[in-house]
Order: sequence, then structure tokens, then C-alpha cells
Amino acid sequence: MPSAGTPRRSRHRFGKRMFTGWAVLVYLVLYLPIVVVVIFAFNQPTSVPQGASPCSVDPSRMGNVTVWNGGTTCWFHTALNDPTYVPAVKTSFWIAFRASLIATVLGTAAALSLARMKKRWRVPFDVLVYLTLVVPEIVIAVASLIFFVQAHNNLSIFPTLGESTILLGQIVFSASLVMLIVRARFVGMGSSLEEASFDLGGGPIATFRQVTLPRLLPAVIAGALLSFTFSFDDYVLPAFTNGTVNTWPIVVYSAVRFGVTPAVNALATVMLVVTVTLILITGLVLRRSGASDLTGAPPPTIP
Amino acid sequence: MSDQSIDYDVEFRAITKRFGSLVAVNGVSLKVRKGEFLSLLGPSGCGKTTSLRMIAGFEQPDEGELLIGGSDAVGIPPYRRDVNTVFQQYALFPHMSILDNVCYGLKQRKVSRRERRAKAGEALELVQLTGRDSHRPAMLSGGQQQRVALARALVMNPRVLLLDEPLGALDLKLRKEMQIELKRIQDQVGITFIYVTHDQEEALSMSDRVAVMSNGVIEQLDTPRAIYDHPLTAFVADFIGDMNFLEGRVAESADGGYAIDAGEGVVVRGRGHPAGAAIVRVGIRPERIVVERGNGSGTANSARCEVLTKMYLGDQVQLILRLANGSEFVVREQRTSAAPAIDSLEPGDTATARWDEAAPLLMADLQPQKDGE
Ligand SMILES: Nc1ncnc2c1ncn2[C@@H]1O[C@H](COP(=O)(O)OP(=O)(O)OP(=O)(O)O)[C@@H](O)[C@H]1O
Ligand SMILES: [Mg+2]
Repeated sequence: MPSAGTPRRSRHRFGKRMFTGWAVLVYLVLYLPIVVVVIFAFNQPTSVPQGASPCSVDPSRMGNVTVWNGGTTCWFHTALNDPTYVPAVKTSFWIAFRASLIATVLGTAAALSLARMKKRWRVPFDVLVYLTLVVPEIVIAVASLIFFVQAHNNLSIFPTLGESTILLGQIVFSASLVMLIVRARFVGMGSSLEEASFDLGGGPIATFRQVTLPRLLPAVIAGALLSFTFSFDDYVLPAFTNGTVNTWPIVVYSAVRFGVTPAVNALATVMLVVTVTLILITGLVLRRSGASDLTGAPPPTIP
Repeated sequence: MSDQSIDYDVEFRAITKRFGSLVAVNGVSLKVRKGEFLSLLGPSGCGKTTSLRMIAGFEQPDEGELLIGGSDAVGIPPYRRDVNTVFQQYALFPHMSILDNVCYGLKQRKVSRRERRAKAGEALELVQLTGRDSHRPAMLSGGQQQRVALARALVMNPRVLLLDEPLGALDLKLRKEMQIELKRIQDQVGITFIYVTHDQEEALSMSDRVAVMSNGVIEQLDTPRAIYDHPLTAFVADFIGDMNFLEGRVAESADGGYAIDAGEGVVVRGRGHPAGAAIVRVGIRPERIVVERGNGSGTANSARCEVLTKMYLGDQVQLILRLANGSEFVVREQRTSAAPAIDSLEPGDTATARWDEAAPLLMADLQPQKDGE
């Protein structure tokens, strides 16, 4: 009946538009703050004394930098020459790099062995893993602080509070995260491909290298990236276990107390550009190396 | 044929495999001859895949001995066995090209790149899949993936090729094509094939010998023709083709013949010796029965019946009859002429079902576990 078909079809089209609109809204909410951060990296103080550079104004006299006062690019120069900012970013980067690397290796190994373990053994390990993710970070931070201090007092080879203790604390959390992600994919993969490899004469190591690892790669990379971001912008754990080391989040939080200058935005913008470039390059490399079909795989689910 | 183990590619000696309390394979003995096409046929869950996985090395028997090429294989890992498998779901490596999939096994053997490619090319030609070398498995149809899986195993030139319902995922037409194809390839390469299927027609048409399995035991192992014409047990008779069963008291047993009274004037006269028991069971194939209109005499091998249903199966007409003693019989006739005699019968008609003395097959209900040869 054509007369009945028309309103139904238009209702269908309306529903489709609603969904598109909703999707756009969600993306706006997600990315608008980032856009704002980038824009305000070019902001000027409320009042700039005659002849002075806008960036030389003392933070306490800067006025309201959350409203747009006109553009300048000098914050980038200021940020990259700041005596605390750049070293802190370097420290954070270096910690995050090592933490994600070690956590990825540990987490992947744990995922493979746990998935094959007898249930009797698996369950207690699982509980431990979930605990590290579920217990509030502040609790872990306090506990870690006490543990690290005591450990150092009783065992002199245990490092003092500093980069190593931050690293240790973050590895525990990140390794659990990686394990969950990798295991979801490993279990979903089934054993048939590995059996096929054994059947064709591939030993355990050859099979892992040529079949298991390539199939797990998307999950491993996702786990590594997540651990890196977690570690890089983690504040709570380092705030307790840093000793005298300053990480980037710690510097930013303390700067907030004196008023943030757009220099922080500028540095954030630089980091954003670097990160996005890195991710794009990774994606391209993966596609080249023939792992592109993996991106079509279902995303890892965290149970 | 001599009894030396070296004449057999695979030998099961009283193998039992359990999963917890479930006995998946129960004391099976089996000898697979060199170069033969042997099918394991049976209903779902009867232990076919488990048997195959023990040969491949993915499962280890709990009891008994397993010999591959005459030497003990228990405990040897799959990657050190001269046996390859075509998996039911193909299990192609999705992150490799077709060529890399086929080359994979040779690469593990450290065969040079050039030789690898040449052999893979030959194998792909053998399964008639050329020109798709650089594609990923996901880009191929089910039938094509099946060919790749076959090529990947054949290129290894194994002593034994194991195939676990390799055609299960294909549609009927493609399946028939691949059956012919598989048979051709086996003839060409001469490798021993052990073929798992639950499709009796497939097993009968392709195999040199068929092992009919049920509940973890081999009920009968013989050539397709012998299995069909002389099923040893009621299970085999019923599973392979259709069978009409009659049960009754042995009324007469003499040299080379017997008569059974199945009640209400139904008397079966056949050849052979009913073993021991006073009550025996016989089976008669549907195509061995002739149905005629009208009330026949109540003599042996001729039973009065009523037509219950009539069906057209394309090339055949099928009737379901109720005999005077209450048993239901299936009867079929080919439609070779435009009007087959059977077609004049309609539901409700009274008729006579007749068969000759060679048609009834004596069923041994006890399972004779033979030595497997
Ligand atoms: N890994 C396992 N753990 C527990 N039980 C199993 C396992 N593998 C098989 N079984 C059981 O063993 C029995 C035989 O299984 P098998 O897979 O050999 O059957 P099959 O003959 O191949 O059946 P199908 O035609 O359905 O594939 C089944 O009852 C099955 O449930
Ligand atoms: Mg099976």
C-alpha cells in the first residue's frame, strides 16, 4: 500500500537522522575540550603592559585566561624553555615508556598462561588481577607508600622513593589491564589456529612467533597504548611514591595552585601533536606489515 | 596379506580415551592399510573426531597402543608426526596470504624459499585453485578455503592425511563436486586418507573401507558394499541406508535356511543360521520389497498390508505400509517408467508386500568386536 509506505519511510529517515545527530553530539562532547585546550594555548593575558611580551606577565597578574583576549604564539617558546615543564614531561615519558613495555610483556605472558591454567589455579589469580583494578587508586597509593618505605628500610637493595617506585606501582596496575585485554582476544581466538600450526610441524616457539603473537597483536598494542596513557597522566600513585621526582601531572597540579598559564596548554598541544603523529605512523606501519585485517577484528572486551 | 605392522600406516590396539567419566573411544582396534581411503562414519558424538585427534597427536589415549608407520606414537607431539590434518573449520591463518598458508608447513621444515613456492604452486594446481596466491583467506568462498586447507596439508606429502568432515560446511551441490575432486586427488597422490564424516552416502561413495562407529566402538569395518549388503548389527543396518525390521520366533532352522514367525501370519524365510537365540531380528531393505495391489496369499515372504502414506522423492515413489502384525515398512520404487506399478496404490488401499529369500538380513544384536582388520 503506497500511501502507508510514505510516512513509514519518512519516520525511518527521521530516526536515522536522530542517530547521526546523536553521534555528532557524542564526538563533540569528547573532543571539544581538546579543541579548547589547543585554542587557548594561543591566548593572551587580560592586560599586557606596553612594550612587554604577553608571556612575560607574572602568573598572578595575568587576569582571566579562560576568556579569549587575543592571539599570541609566545607560550610555546615559554613552555619549551621552562626549567620544570620540559624535564617533568621527559621524566613522565620515560617512566610511561618503561612501565608500558614491562607491563605489556608481563600482562601478555600472564594472559597466555592463565587462559591455559586449570580452573582451580586460575580463579585465585583472577581475583588478584581484578583486585588491582577495582581497589581505588588512592588505597593502592597509600599501601604502596608504606610498603616501599618499609621495604627500603629492611632491604637496602630496594630502591628509595623515586622513579623506580613510581614505575613499580604503575606496572602492577598496567599489567593487570594488559592481561585482561589480551586474554579476551586470546580466549576468543580459540585453539584451532595453534593446532593447525602444530599439525604443520611448527614447534611451540615457532607457533607463538608466527601464529599466536600476530593474532594477538592488536590486543597487545591496545594494552601497551592504554598502559602508556594511564602511566603518563597518572597523578595519585606518583604523588605518594615520587620522593623528590617531579612528573608532568605533579607539575601541572602544583602550577594550578599559582594559576595556570597558557604555557601548560601550549605544552599539551605539542604533546597532542606528537601523540597523534605517533599513532598515525603506527597505524600506517601496521597496515604495511599486513596486520590490517586485525583492525577489523572486534574490539577487546573487558569482562 | 601378512600381519606385520609395517603394512599399516596407522594401527589402534585396544585404544580407550576418556574425558572425565565419559568414555569417548572405548577399546577400539583398527588397522589402516597403506594408501587406502578409510572413512570413520557414525552419528554425532560417537568418537570420530577424538579418534582422529589421537592420530594427529592432539589427544593422547588413556589405554592401548597407537602405531603410526609401525612405530609407537603415544606421547609424540603433533609437530613431530608425519601426519597432517584438514580441519573441519579449515583453520587457515587469517593473517597470511593463501600462498603463505600453503607454504607454512614447508617453512617449518626449513625448505628453501624457491622450493617452497614451487611445491605450493603445484599443490594449489592439484586442488585447482590458482591465481589467488596473494589473497587473504577471508576473501575466498567456503569451497575455495576448503581447497586451500587441502593444499596446505597435501604439500607436506604426509604418510597419512586426516580429514575431519572437510565438506561439512559446503552446500549439497558443492559437496558432491568436492567428493569427486577429493577422490581424484587421493588416487593421484596415493596418500592414505582417513576421512571422518556422518554422511553415509559420502562414506559409501568415496571410501575403500568404512568403519561404522557408535558410542565409542567400531561396530563394523568393511568395504562399502559389504557394509550395505551385510550389516552385522541392527545399528549399522539402520544407520546405513534405510532398513525395515521384523522380529520373531525362529520357527524352523535347517541347513542354509530358516523361517521366522513374526506374528499374524507374517512369515520370513531367509538364508543363513540364526545364532542361538529363539527370538531374532531380520532387516529388509526398502528397495528389495515389491508391493502389489490386492490380497495375496499369506505364504512366507509375502505379507498383507495397508498403505498409510505415499510420497514423491523426485526420482522415486515411496510408500509407508502397515503389515498385518503392526510393523511399519518403507518401500521405494524408481520411476523408470512414466507410471510405475506402485503409483497406482493410494493411502487406505490393501496390498501385498513381497520379497525374495535373499532379501532378509539376520541381525546380530550383540556387537562383535573383531580384531579390527
Ligand atoms: N575436550 C573434550 N572434553 C570433554 N569431552 C569431550 C572433549 N572432546 C570430545 N568430548 C566428548 O567425547 C565424545 C566424542 O566426541 P567427538 O568429538 O569425538 O565426537 P564426533 O564423533 O566427532 O561427533 P561429531 O560428528 O558431532 O563431530 C562426545 O560425547 C564429546 O562430548
Ligand atoms: Mg567431530
